[in-house]
Amino acid sequence: MKPAPFEYVRPRTRAGVLAALAAAGEDGKVLAGGQSLIPLLSMRLASPKVLVDINLVPDFSALKISPTHVEIGPTVRHQELLTSEAVRKAVPLLAQALSYVAHPVIRNRGTSVGSIAHADPSGELTAVLSLLDGVVTIEGQDGTREVTGSDFFLGPLESAINSGEMATRVTFGRLPTTMGTACVEVSRRHGDYALVGVCAAIVLGEDHQIDRARISLFSVGPTPIVIDVSGILKGIRIDSKHWREAARFIASSVDPDGDIHATTAYRKNLVEVLSKRGLQCAYQNALDRVAVKQ
Amino acid sequence: MSEKHIDVSMTVNGFPRSGSVPARRLLSDFLRHDLQLTGTHVGCEHGVCGACTVLLNGKAVRSCLLFAVSVDGGEIVTVEGLANQDGSLGPVQQAFHECHGLQCGFCTPGFITTISAFLDEHPNPTEGQAREAIAGNLCRCTGYQNIIKSVLRAAEIRNEMMQP
Repeated sequence: MKPAPFEYVRPRTRAGVLAALAAAGEDGKVLAGGQSLIPLLSMRLASPKVLVDINLVPDFSALKISPTHVEIGPTVRHQELLTSEAVRKAVPLLAQALSYVAHPVIRNRGTSVGSIAHADPSGELTAVLSLLDGVVTIEGQDGTREVTGSDFFLGPLESAINSGEMATRVTFGRLPTTMGTACVEVSRRHGDYALVGVCAAIVLGEDHQIDRARISLFSVGPTPIVIDVSGILKGIRIDSKHWREAARFIASSVDPDGDIHATTAYRKNLVEVLSKRGLQCAYQNALDRVAVKQ
Repeated sequence: MSEKHIDVSMTVNGFPRSGSVPARRLLSDFLRHDLQLTGTHVGCEHGVCGACTVLLNGKAVRSCLLFAVSVDGGEIVTVEGLANQDGSLGPVQQAFHECHGLQCGFCTPGFITTISAFLDEHPNPTEGQAREAIAGNLCRCTGYQNIIKSVLRAAEIRNEMMQP
């Protein structure tokens, strides 16, 4: 239960970090919060030769909230994001999802950008990025590029970040006040990985009728699964039949793997139940936000 | 070939401490093996059980999920640093004593540190908040009921101590 030896570097500048990552190439790994990485090292499921600790780079800890965007730096801790009132107002889904991310003690150290870069298919924030089309800025010595939403996730623990690169920022647009969101999940114990989880977003149109409805499922496939149910819910207000129809459509669109924690049938059932609950919560949240605005 | 060592220094329980360790030395091992502060317990060693929780710059963190070199220059408080200045039991320790919040005691240092940090931010917690606060710490003896009582009692003791 001890990590294998590695070379440790802790540059103080962005340029220093990118140079160290470029020099290490495939043998390098970024250490931000380490709350997922260090268990992997301790269990020797991973043994990178070089760890590049990015915690001393001052501008990496920036959390910028502008009238249009929320920009999250790579060493912003979950807890800072969760407790920021400005973030809660701009992108409520971040706080809704973060309250399910591990325990407060883990959230004190773990980073939100790191959680996305880790690309764990059961990570709440991966579903948030996919649902809201958040933008990941990936930097390397050869340049900077941006990857949006679902395109960032290639497979379990596999993202669009190449060796020698790192995610230096994740950006979310401020949600319109006509949009309501929700995150719901079922896990064996609070703070555990979700057996199934759902992030939902609903946009209201004229007269409080639903205009658009989307859902993002986590712990269901190798990457977050985004499903649009606008076709079923467009134009309706509250009607239990339509919620059920949308939830059944979502459940029929997925084929989750079974494992020791939950069978395929149970996961599909959870997808249906949680999709309905998530969509209804998001709808209520949208009504509340519109009411506050008026 | 021997492993490269890196110098680290940090404040532990108010005293400056330093050492020279391999980069892979976990903070939990640095505290226990290098500094002989064996109050911090190591249970699962991958962040699940919470027994190794310490305070880093005032915030509760898992010491098994940090490298000692990463907290160079930081301020650490372990369970040894949570007694009152006169050596008597600190508020959380006293509450565990009064409410029978421990049996074997292996998990207790992690609970004491976690709860101390929690009460700094929530001086008057509800029972629900107390449950949430300790959700990341495992105890296999008590069934948690007396630990919840201890959290609420610790808040009382702290508030009594704050009064003039």
